[in-house]
Amino acid sequence: MSSKKPAIYHFLKGFWEENPVFVQILGTCPTLAVTATAVNGIGMGLATTFVLILSCVVVSIIKNLIPNEVRIGVYTVIIAAFVTLADLFLKAYFPDLSKSLGPFVPLIVVNCIIFGRIEAFSAKNNAWLSFLDALGNGLGFTITLIIMGSIRELLGKGTWFGIPVLLSFYKPMLVMILPTGAFFTYGTLMAISNALKQKS
Amino acid sequence: MKLLLLFIASIIVNNFILSNFLGICPFIGVSKRLDSAVPMGLAVTFVMTMTAVITWIINHLILIKLNMPYLQYVAFILVIATLVQFVEMFLKKFVPGLYRAFGIYLPLITTNCAILGLALLEALKNYNFMESIVFGVGSGLGYTLSMAIMAGIREQMELSNIPKPFQGPAITLITAGILALAFMGFSGMISL
Repeated sequence: MSSKKPAIYHFLKGFWEENPVFVQILGTCPTLAVTATAVNGIGMGLATTFVLILSCVVVSIIKNLIPNEVRIGVYTVIIAAFVTLADLFLKAYFPDLSKSLGPFVPLIVVNCIIFGRIEAFSAKNNAWLSFLDALGNGLGFTITLIIMGSIRELLGKGTWFGIPVLLSFYKPMLVMILPTGAFFTYGTLMAISNALKQKS
Repeated sequence: MKLLLLFIASIIVNNFILSNFLGICPFIGVSKRLDSAVPMGLAVTFVMTMTAVITWIINHLILIKLNMPYLQYVAFILVIATLVQFVEMFLKKFVPGLYRAFGIYLPLITTNCAILGLALLEALKNYNFMESIVFGVGSGLGYTLSMAIMAGIREQMELSNIPKPFQGPAITLITAGILALAFMGFSGMISL
């Protein structure tokens, strides 16, 4: 598609211009589910970035070997293999994080960000550009999750990365770490991002 | 009795969309009109029930017997993709009316995380065979219920004047938040 644009563009677009969460509206389920705390946001974001980069690069290398009819199946198996890797790694080294993310680590398999980037980008571009695209989108996703996690943790618990930062007279709003808070935060942030885009 | 409780719990208390955040993409994408939201929900219910049965068999009779549960994710997602394909072919051949009613929604279900989520939760909670079926049907009906409620609200919302930045998915998310608040009233009613 935009092969004439400089390589750095493919890296940067994931942060704001084509942010996977606010603009492409992909990967909504993990965005809502794991952002009750900032730590969970980082863990989920990095796990997704890891799977995204490896799957995109592998697909872009073997794209000419995959018959068009069975490509979805092949992509799925590649993604599932890397997700298993990430899951076993988290279980072994970060058991607490793995427990609090629950079934959402294996659910990276059906995260639409990965499918979307593979279909829209890696299947048509070389390995280097796919790597940049995956890295940009993955980090854009991670940063968004950290922002959402920080907002919800601050308002809902009065802490940030587990450290109490708000003064003791602040009464935490429990609703922010419940499902309702997730929907509200996501909706409000999306509206803010829309408003900023409409202005420029 | 336990099965009945599980059934009710998976419809309203542990609603897949509003308390587990599974299957949000179609929830935002397809909930614009009631007459597309309900078929989508029913298609999901149908596939969920089939998935619950087949993944239970594969998980307990093959993967756990052979001591290789680390293959769960690869096996589950392949089973789901194949299953959806089979269901589509079967319906096309034998129940063309239903096939036309489901239309585009059937192939879309493969990437719906509610289905894989169901298979994973079922393995995680160690349900037995009957419980898995009840869990599958209940979760599917819960999914349909929240899809239908959301679509009804969005049909009404089309007539109202929404501030520009909130138009589109943003207002849908806020509405879903309010719905989740309402469903929170059910939490603690049944604890399993």
